[in-house]
Amino acid sequence: MKIRAITLRILRQFIHDKRTMALMFIAPLLVLSLMSLVFNGDAYKPTIGVTGGAAVFASALEAQDAAVTDFTTAEQGNAALKDGDIDALITLEGTSPAVKLEGSNPTANRAVLLALQEALLQLHPAGSGQGEIRPQISYLYGAEDMTTIDRFGPIMIGVFIFFFVFLIAGVSFLRERTTGTLERLLSTPLKRWEIVIGYVCGFGIFTVVQALLISWFSIQVLGIMMAGSFGYVLLITLLLAITALTLGTLLSAFAGNELQMIQFIPLVIVPQIFLSGLFPMDTLPLWLQRVSLATPIYYGAQALMDIMIRGKGWSAIALSAYVLVGFSLLFMVLNVLALRKHRRM
Amino acid sequence: MDQDTPVISVSHVSRAFGSKTVLKDINLQVNRAETFGLLGPSGSGKTTLVKLLTGIDEASSGEVQVMSLKMPKLNMLQQIGYMAQSDALYTELSAKENLEFFAALYGLKGGNRTRRIVDVMELVNLQEHLRKRVDQYSGGMKRRLSLAIALLHEPPLLILDEPTVGIDPLLRQSIWQELRSLNRQGTTIVLTTHVMDEAEKCDRLGMIRDGQLLAVDTPTGLMQATGSATIEEAFLTYGGARK
Repeated sequence: MKIRAITLRILRQFIHDKRTMALMFIAPLLVLSLMSLVFNGDAYKPTIGVTGGAAVFASALEAQDAAVTDFTTAEQGNAALKDGDIDALITLEGTSPAVKLEGSNPTANRAVLLALQEALLQLHPAGSGQGEIRPQISYLYGAEDMTTIDRFGPIMIGVFIFFFVFLIAGVSFLRERTTGTLERLLSTPLKRWEIVIGYVCGFGIFTVVQALLISWFSIQVLGIMMAGSFGYVLLITLLLAITALTLGTLLSAFAGNELQMIQFIPLVIVPQIFLSGLFPMDTLPLWLQRVSLATPIYYGAQALMDIMIRGKGWSAIALSAYVLVGFSLLFMVLNVLALRKHRRM
Repeated sequence: MDQDTPVISVSHVSRAFGSKTVLKDINLQVNRAETFGLLGPSGSGKTTLVKLLTGIDEASSGEVQVMSLKMPKLNMLQQIGYMAQSDALYTELSAKENLEFFAALYGLKGGNRTRRIVDVMELVNLQEHLRKRVDQYSGGMKRRLSLAIALLHEPPLLILDEPTVGIDPLLRQSIWQELRSLNRQGTTIVLTTHVMDEAEKCDRLGMIRDGQLLAVDTPTGLMQATGSATIEEAFLTYGGARK
């Protein structure tokens, strides 16, 4: 009854507060769209260095819109590659070309490989009797698995849902305290845990709609790769949203005003993004890799990548799902305890 | 309940926040169906004392009893109507939605809830603004709505922290008439104020300053004891500003 009252009230507040609704629904779509544009931009024109015998490819590569630089020694070429002056260095090993990619920019990688493929096809047309030439590919900075929005999409869905729910839930709980309504709630025979559960239910209903809309938009409209089940995507995004909600309301106890709540973003959100798998984890120090095991977004992102890219099912994401449920329960208990500061009983 | 047992009994209560003592050895009794005023400047500890009475806060030492039960006690909150200094309203919601929310928290249901909402809104003269959003309310209207919420569940004990701040004299008078009629029905009222002429309307007054209860008596009693013509003079005498 009382939980229902809180749930209903929160829904009503949402309906009255158009701007917050817009932030929850429209802003993630806008940012995701922007990312999609950035990662799927116009064809990139690669800068390629050639050295030694590979100079024979120069004109054919230039025909593919690539800028080609001829280096007299391989050392000069490697130095240019390290400085980021060129995207790739092509050398000749025996009869087949070897490509060393700079590697940090997925778009550049693809552009280089495409140009080389076309150039080779032009020099040795299929059926010319010489057989297919396969270039050896290596990376200067190990980032073979970095591709496009397909790779970032699942992580960013998790990040944005976490970010927006964290902020909105945190600020609305904070306002409950600063406007004095929390004190008034606590002057009624309402139990502290009823407030916490009421918040989870009220925002929970809203985040279901949000998770549904964002997942559908990413997959259907933006065309982000989706190999697995939509239901699992919804489940994970929802669990992630509940974790963000409970963490946001918990941390709002430690913020004096809205601005201080926003200041949690660089503390709580940004590090999680860096440890989410968005950037290659292997290059990080071991202790930092371990820290990621304590961040909710990491589990959400891993599970979403398993579902959307690798098409895996429940057995692969079960652990992540349980961990997210565990985080939510932990934050809720801490929240009930934090409310003791305002009323001891 | 026995007519003679005090509704509120405060004995040797102190409250400290860290090393700062806000209330020192307060002793106080409030009788059934009276209006008891706590008079004192801001920062004197009125609000802290009031929070101890509701059970939202707990005394560092000493004991607060409400209706013979030691506070804080969760069930007791059903018996108390509390109005804080801040209006504590959900401004995005309409007055009706605010009232419905708090009525549900106090367990009011169905026809009873609807009737109480209409009753309290008539009481504070806001019946025409029931469906208006609270952010369109004036300061005085918000104060009245806040009072209406405290009255919703017909509590036998009303605790009001500066109830008439920002309310015009005409309406203040009508609210006082209403408080008086609640007294007649057996409701006990504790209110804080720093307005002297309002203090005179209380049955009994407690003068509080720097966390200490200086004197407790009827307004006339306080004036006679100090030989003052007004409550203000009496307060100054107890406060040590006049000898």
